Amino acid sequence: MTTTVGSEARRFEAVLSILDRYERDSTRLIPILQAVQEEYRYLPEEILTYVAVALDLSPAKVYGVATFYGHFSLEAKGKYVVKVCDGTACHVKGSGPLVEALRKELGLEGKRKTTADLLFTLETVSCLGACGLAPVMVVNEEVHGLATPEAAVAILREIKAREGGKGETK
Amino acid sequence: MSETVTSAPRAPAGRPDLEGIAASWKAARGRAARRVVICAGTGCIANGSLGLFEALRERVAAEGLAVEVALDYEDSSHKDLLLTKSGCQGFCQVGPLMVVEPDQILYVKVRASDLPEIVETTIKGGGIVERLLYRDPVSGEAKRGKGEIAFYAGQDRRVLSACGLVDPEDLGEYIARGGYLAARKALYDLSPEEVCAEMQASGLRGRGGAGFPTGRKWELARRQAEAEKYIICNGDEGDPGAFMDRSVLEGNPHSVIEGMLIGARATGARVGYVYVRAEYPLAVKRVRSAVEAARAAGFLGKGVMGSGLDFDIRVMEGAGAFVCGEASAMVASIMGGRGMPRPKPPRTAERGLFGKPTVVNNVETLAQVPTIILEGAAEYRKTGTELSPGTKTYALTGHVANTGLIEVPFGATLREIVFDIGGGILGRDGRPDDEAFKAVQIGGPSGGCLTAEHLDVPMDFDSLGEIGAMVGSGGLVVMNDSTCMVQMARFFMHFTQNESCGKCVPCREGTRQILALLDDIIEGKADESTLPLIEELCVNVADSSLCGLGASAPSPVLSMLRQFRPEFEAHVRGKACPTGQCPALTPIAIDPAKCIGCGMCARSCPVGAISGERKQAHRIDPAKCVKCGACVEKCKFNAIARGAK
Repeated sequence: MTTTVGSEARRFEAVLSILDRYERDSTRLIPILQAVQEEYRYLPEEILTYVAVALDLSPAKVYGVATFYGHFSLEAKGKYVVKVCDGTACHVKGSGPLVEALRKELGLEGKRKTTADLLFTLETVSCLGACGLAPVMVVNEEVHGLATPEAAVAILREIKAREGGKGETK
Repeated sequence: MSETVTSAPRAPAGRPDLEGIAASWKAARGRAARRVVICAGTGCIANGSLGLFEALRERVAAEGLAVEVALDYEDSSHKDLLLTKSGCQGFCQVGPLMVVEPDQILYVKVRASDLPEIVETTIKGGGIVERLLYRDPVSGEAKRGKGEIAFYAGQDRRVLSACGLVDPEDLGEYIARGGYLAARKALYDLSPEEVCAEMQASGLRGRGGAGFPTGRKWELARRQAEAEKYIICNGDEGDPGAFMDRSVLEGNPHSVIEGMLIGARATGARVGYVYVRAEYPLAVKRVRSAVEAARAAGFLGKGVMGSGLDFDIRVMEGAGAFVCGEASAMVASIMGGRGMPRPKPPRTAERGLFGKPTVVNNVETLAQVPTIILEGAAEYRKTGTELSPGTKTYALTGHVANTGLIEVPFGATLREIVFDIGGGILGRDGRPDDEAFKAVQIGGPSGGCLTAEHLDVPMDFDSLGEIGAMVGSGGLVVMNDSTCMVQMARFFMHFTQNESCGKCVPCREGTRQILALLDDIIEGKADESTLPLIEELCVNVADSSLCGLGASAPSPVLSMLRQFRPEFEAHVRGKACPTGQCPALTPIAIDPAKCIGCGMCARSCPVGAISGERKQAHRIDPAKCVKCGACVEKCKFNAIARGAK
């Protein structure tokens, strides 16, 4: 078991190696933030501040960039990020009912996107470029085309069953 | 650094031996009796094509056949099968797709369970598995290969000619098809002035939407007296419903790299960036690996192709901002800032990345360049129209029988695209029904709607501009008569409102207000002032926004209002949605024949609008009903429906 101090140090170790990989070049802020988000699954505030200081930028500038782009998230995302495409083709082929069915299945209400157990995050995206298979849903990197509400819910249930079988996710 | 770029070409000694590479690739290819190409575009991967690839590889190996998945130039032994992956073949809807050469067979919707039969009949026997062929949806006739299928036969695939055939990760195959000959010609046989002149003569216009002449852009950048210049490939294909750039980057990345290399020769750029949407992970991966292969071959880096030009390419992933498709916003994004456009002039070709002259070209534009340089402007101009030469790729989607990626010459009509290549309209029940045609949305959130009266208008930059639409990036979304145009107008306004960068007040606030007014219409709260107010706001937003996003944001709304005004008025005055898509304007009724009088609906109704005796058919009081739909959900007998009379 590592102490809290040890895990805190580890937490910053990852961002250090990312900064080194991009030669602390402030013009490469976006790839740096992308790498940070890949590592931590979101952009933790203290890491953003750390990045700002390391690149000699103001935290406000870094925060400004982080909040400008749709891909960056300042909140922790679920283990499974479900993206439903709401591009034009998917929209006319019924992505709306798809999202509704998934929200209901995950018990997400109001503006909530992530389930309380951090297993799922549900997002809609503009276009995934797989319009020939509209409507499209992506779970992490896996693309599911010609999705129906029933099929989409079945995919989530399968993941839930798999995760449940591996022991309690607390 | 010395001005190597404009100096005279080196002696022919430095010329790379592309013919030699091509010959050894062809010799290696010739040692395999058959080739199977499995589509590994995003669409087919979603349908399981990668698993299929591995399963086929195992199957043929288990049968004792000699199979290879990457050409080994050294290995001179006979092979029974060369098995490769390709980029998008375009016909995503019937994927996974499998092409067998030299037999020219196309198998569609191939499953792992079909593989034993394919191996036995086709790979070993040279025969055809009839049941896996594409069948014409109308005649039911089986079609052997792409040449016989209307979806492909109606096209003129040039930019896409290699997409879906070549292995995108095999530089040798690209060269064997004549790749990099144009780059070599530009580096050794033409001066930068001559390259720019040829591009100007070709009349090539930018495929990203605005249609600005590429040659003029290059010439402007060439004339800038700066040692440091940049070229950016714009692969930030943000228009919802468009995926041609993704397909080119996935299927033939070297054509884009070669185009950039020629652009670097023409303009004097030393560094190139490929800016790709992060939503396209496969395109990012393929471009990265193609850049590495080109660098390893000496086609990028110091002294490219043995010439005096230094040029290298970096690949950058976007971070999810539509506005970054605008050149100055993209430049800001590459420099690590918020992607906000700036006023012009100066144009980015004069002052762009790091304050230096920067050319920004779209993926499809760059992919056209090698052909123009190799075959000449005159040859290029033989296709297309006078003012819009060449071909255009379109992403054909929506309520159309054949969806996918297509390419036709400029000047082709919508009728040819939708009815010949697309195979006609799908009605509400998903069956072919040409009568159900309503509209085609073109140009995404900057474009407009085309209706039946526009079916014979030639599709080119200028003709479409005249009728208030635009080629845009080339997304064609076909809509049938179940589509509510108010909802579509709202869809696009929601998109642009969401993507507005916030710099200009008219765009940031104006789109929000237009969206709110459209919501009023959909919720039945609109009055006589709503439509005129929308029109006024649209004009203001278009006139007073800085960049193309704001200037064109009102286009879809205005176009739909112009083409479908009665439908908008039905929502506003009649409080009714003719297509039944707006819940608040669609009455809910109980079918007395199905209702058993259980009373579940009455208990679920929040406003007490449902009444009836137990075990008798219930009824809804339309005056009280708020059309929330709670009863529709609760009814176990499907007796309650929206839009019922």
